[in-house]
Amino acid sequence: MAINWFKYSAPTTFYGLAGRLVPWFAVPAALLFALGLYIGFFVAPVDAVQGEAYRIIFIHVPASILSMFLYLIMAGYAALGLIFNTRLSSMMATALAPTGALFAFISLWTGALWGKPMWGAWWVWDARLTSELILLFLYFGFIALHASIDDARRADRAAALLAIVGSVNVPIIYFSVKWWNTLHQGSTIKFTGTSMHVAMQQAMFVTLLACWMYAVAVTLLRVRSIILERERNTQWVSELKEAGL
Amino acid sequence: MGVRIEGGGAVSIAEFFNMGGYAFYVWGSYGVTVLVFVVEILMVKHKRKSALQQVRLMREAGE
Repeated sequence: MAINWFKYSAPTTFYGLAGRLVPWFAVPAALLFALGLYIGFFVAPVDAVQGEAYRIIFIHVPASILSMFLYLIMAGYAALGLIFNTRLSSMMATALAPTGALFAFISLWTGALWGKPMWGAWWVWDARLTSELILLFLYFGFIALHASIDDARRADRAAALLAIVGSVNVPIIYFSVKWWNTLHQGSTIKFTGTSMHVAMQQAMFVTLLACWMYAVAVTLLRVRSIILERERNTQWVSELKEAGL
Repeated sequence: MGVRIEGGGAVSIAEFFNMGGYAFYVWGSYGVTVLVFVVEILMVKHKRKSALQQVRLMREAGE
């Protein structure tokens, strides 16, 4: 049996697939958030050093991880669009940018609210914090550059270059706590294991999964609108039968 | 009223919301996160509406 691997790389077929996939990510996201926060607030013990304030970790770390991974995925899609000239890849990159930016914002916001009681400062120009702020600006730059060019295909190419060049920032964020002396604490979870209480690890892992599911669901919803907007002149959109059309 | 299941024993609801004196920082983090998610979902819904509107306009223009 021959499988057409490119079937879902066409906006026409992906539009329907994305719509069917959304509930499969949205519902687990809600359930996992509930479970993760339950473990994080009711099962995980108080931290010996940071008291109850450490519970910010259950959103701060997942949001930070997502802000970096979503950027790499966005840059990857943008690169695919640039190399193979595939419309859907570029649409996916455009759909990922706002969600990535929001996770970068949540990372910075929760970091400030965590930094104030622990370090005595909302913000310091530390390597980790500064490189994460640059990540947020890269998302803004991608969104603004794409929006500023009227021709969608040209916008895709220009924004793709920005995304690809900017991806050098992601390893800088990740390794910043190793490369420089920073106020930010090192990685809690390391490849060699962790000193974290098992319930804290579980809570963080579950909220991380929840954030993933949320990001996928909201990106699929957004890309459907982008597909409709950009393909509105095509035959298949004009013949599309759907609620609201 | 027992809330916490493990670690530190049972605490009252007031103590739970007080977060050991860090209530502003902890709830400020989660509150804004929820707000961001809600705003994003509303933005996505609005985008969907306007995309459908554009398609309808194209169809009317084509008829």
